[in-house]
Amino acid sequence: MAHDDDGGTNAAAGSAIEKSEPPQASPGTAIVASDAIANPGLPPHRPRVTDLDPKKQKQAARRVSTLFLLSIVGSVFAIVAYIVFPIRPGVPSSIRLNTMFLGIGIALGLVSIGIGAIYWAKNLMSGEEMVESRHLTRGTVETRSRAVEIFQQANEESGFGRRTLIRNSLIGALVATPLPAIVLFRDLAPAANPVTLLEETMWKKGTRLTQDPFGTPIKAADVTLGSVFHVIPEGLDQVSDKLEEKAKSAVLLMRLLPQDLHPQPDRESWAYDGIVAYSKICTHVGCPVALYEQQTHHLLCPCHQSTFDVTNQCAVIFGPAKRPLPQLPITVDSEGYLIAQSGFHEPVGPSFWERS
Amino acid sequence: MSTAVPTTRGSRFTGAAANYIDERTSISGLVKELGRKIFPDHWSFMLGEVALYSFVTILLSGTFLTFFFQPSMATVTYEGSYIPLKGIDMSAAYQSALDISFDIRGGLLFRQIHHWAALLFIAAIGLHMVRIYFTGAFRKPREINWVIGFVLFILALAEGFTGYSLPDDLLSGNGLRIIDGLIKGLPIVGTWISYLLFGGEFPGNDIVARLFSLHILLLPAILVAALGVHLLLMVINKHTQFAGPGRTNENVVGVPILPVFAAKAGGFFFVVFGIIVLIAAFFTINPIWVYGPYDPSPVSAGTQPDWYIGFADGALRLMPPGLEFVWLNHTWSFNIIIPVVVLGLFIVTVAIYPFVEAWITGDKREHHIAERPRNAPTRTAIGAAGVTFYCVLWAAAGSDLISTHFMLTIEGVTHTLQALVFVGPFVAYHLAKRIALGLQKKDREIALHGFESGRIVRLPGGEYVEIHEQLSEYERWRLVSFVDYKPLMLRPDSRGRISFAQRMRAGLSRWFFEDRISPISRTQIEESDHH
Ligand code: FES
Repeated sequence: MAHDDDGGTNAAAGSAIEKSEPPQASPGTAIVASDAIANPGLPPHRPRVTDLDPKKQKQAARRVSTLFLLSIVGSVFAIVAYIVFPIRPGVPSSIRLNTMFLGIGIALGLVSIGIGAIYWAKNLMSGEEMVESRHLTRGTVETRSRAVEIFQQANEESGFGRRTLIRNSLIGALVATPLPAIVLFRDLAPAANPVTLLEETMWKKGTRLTQDPFGTPIKAADVTLGSVFHVIPEGLDQVSDKLEEKAKSAVLLMRLLPQDLHPQPDRESWAYDGIVAYSKICTHVGCPVALYEQQTHHLLCPCHQSTFDVTNQCAVIFGPAKRPLPQLPITVDSEGYLIAQSGFHEPVGPSFWERS
Repeated sequence: MSTAVPTTRGSRFTGAAANYIDERTSISGLVKELGRKIFPDHWSFMLGEVALYSFVTILLSGTFLTFFFQPSMATVTYEGSYIPLKGIDMSAAYQSALDISFDIRGGLLFRQIHHWAALLFIAAIGLHMVRIYFTGAFRKPREINWVIGFVLFILALAEGFTGYSLPDDLLSGNGLRIIDGLIKGLPIVGTWISYLLFGGEFPGNDIVARLFSLHILLLPAILVAALGVHLLLMVINKHTQFAGPGRTNENVVGVPILPVFAAKAGGFFFVVFGIIVLIAAFFTINPIWVYGPYDPSPVSAGTQPDWYIGFADGALRLMPPGLEFVWLNHTWSFNIIIPVVVLGLFIVTVAIYPFVEAWITGDKREHHIAERPRNAPTRTAIGAAGVTFYCVLWAAAGSDLISTHFMLTIEGVTHTLQALVFVGPFVAYHLAKRIALGLQKKDREIALHGFESGRIVRLPGGEYVEIHEQLSEYERWRLVSFVDYKPLMLRPDSRGRISFAQRMRAGLSRWFFEDRISPISRTQIEESDHH
């Protein structure tokens, strides 16, 4: 590089850096101009009012100490507020007052210190800009060669490079030691196979459809046209893993005009008099599909807006989900309560690798 | 240490104490090294400080919360003082979060301090990264520190998400459910990862305790270590400074650590902490009592995750329908795989950008002058495209809010955003590049001919001209000092061949430096002065 000599430019700025030792680093495709404008150097220092006027200086000093005193006031206020504004059970406003006044006190204690210190630094401490020179980040030539020397010496004294059997067996040992950690993670979950768990829900032949959350059974006659019921299987309250079961078994129940439903031939008997039941768990990533639009018969998932068409077996008409919501075949028992004809015919909820 | 003879009692004591400590720690060396180190000043350098100080706030407030929080999913019946939830079954975690909010004085305040500080922490890191990027402060010797900072950002996101999930309320449980579904959609390992993570089927009884360990132990430990290295490297590399008169690549101009910088930075810590407390005192954040305990069945529309999760949620929302296939007897959920891969690539690109640019320019020198974004038009344009991409994804996370707010159909909003993900970055790129080049041209004009003073004078001949005022040489220096690169020329190597890597590098170099405006030379200034 012909134009490496940009020392002239920088010298003008008054920076002295020893450039003698390391080789000049390549500027790559940067253009090193020989004709660059010179750095004019630091502009003359302009004193502040507090530097010139002793009265202003005194005033500033007073302000700083006032702020620090104010901070003490704030901290004491916080302690007082803690006592004076207790939380009274069942009185929401007492919580608000406690939070507010405690917060104001602590904040005052903090902010006043902060502003005071900054004001002090800006107006009373020396305002002159100072210059410090930089050095290349790399060590000096001597330091670097000494470091290399040390490594070589260590290598020689230990024989790390020479005794390959020792070295390689050590590497092998170090690689092997963390391996047990991998198997240790297996028992993060019980011994069962997740795939079978994902395939079953609490629904089986004859399970009554009951209302979420109280578990009251639903009579077919109570499901009026256009209504929607949030449904859980009967007996959910008795199982130990209630939330896990509910996360799979939640169902939506809707009644449409029978002629609005368009079931495939093999699903014609899955509805009861226009009443259909579909899994409430979105087939995208599993949010509850909670919003039912009566006019359009669309179910909307609030998480990523997947939309399912109830008149068309809950096929996806919009959004990132692909599969329709699984349908639960239903009928009524002898007392007129809605029951499941069987369990779901496919896994509910989000897709997973082993699903086919 | 005590060389001068102390006179007053106070200074005698200080001297003796300093001597005591130094004889046991040799700390005088550290003071000598660092005490008068110079720090440059610029408002944008405070963004990293805000991040640091909000992190300290998070540590302090979080420690207080751990004294009361119970990371357990055991079912309990609520008997606390929040009447609407009395008698309802919930997890011990949710109950203790309610107790913190309703039964412990200052508990709600500290929950809110913790949450607001966390939001500020991540926002400040993000802006700090943007500042570093657009000023080229990631260039040699700071590439490694960029990567460490990037790791800190990822850790902060992980901290945010794990913390958000702890109270086990309806919203956070639903967030976890989305994570569960997302993981399940990953090929081969998804089902098992979800199964192991949740300790069985979702939601299980373990996830809160596990996230708690991560949130208060593992992640903060790594974060503090990485933060330490980040700051250490900053001290070793010394801070960058903007171009200005007297500021060169070989010096630092600013204030010494003791006393001015320490007073300013220390004071700023108290200000940041105090403002967070003030916000927490007045503004409710994450009112978990309104949401209720986690239940897999209900969910309400329009609920939003914390802002920093938005871009990922938005990416999920923008996937068009039908991207899921059964192939080879397995389910391929491309509606999940694509966003995960695209976001992964985006993040990796951010992490490795400094190395890519270094390779393109081939510049091996150290750079300590923070560039003005206009002086690196292509980099600025790429950054603008990246920011736009991120923002569109982020906006997509609120697609339902946008549509209800502006009375638009959700389909319309989604399709618009889908188009914007592609078009937006493209437009932003070209716009930013044009603007940067335009500003550079204007700088050049001003440096050569001065600026319009607004004063019109009438010449003896009767014509009117506006007086141009020349810049002082100090002002001019700000406009003319920047590094200029030319596109790489392809040259065959010693064997007369041009390697593929060389071709690629030349192509990228052309892309970067084809449109450029060179800094003004001395001759040009002299010429224009003669006019
Ligand atoms: S979970 Fe229903 S659309 Fe994503």
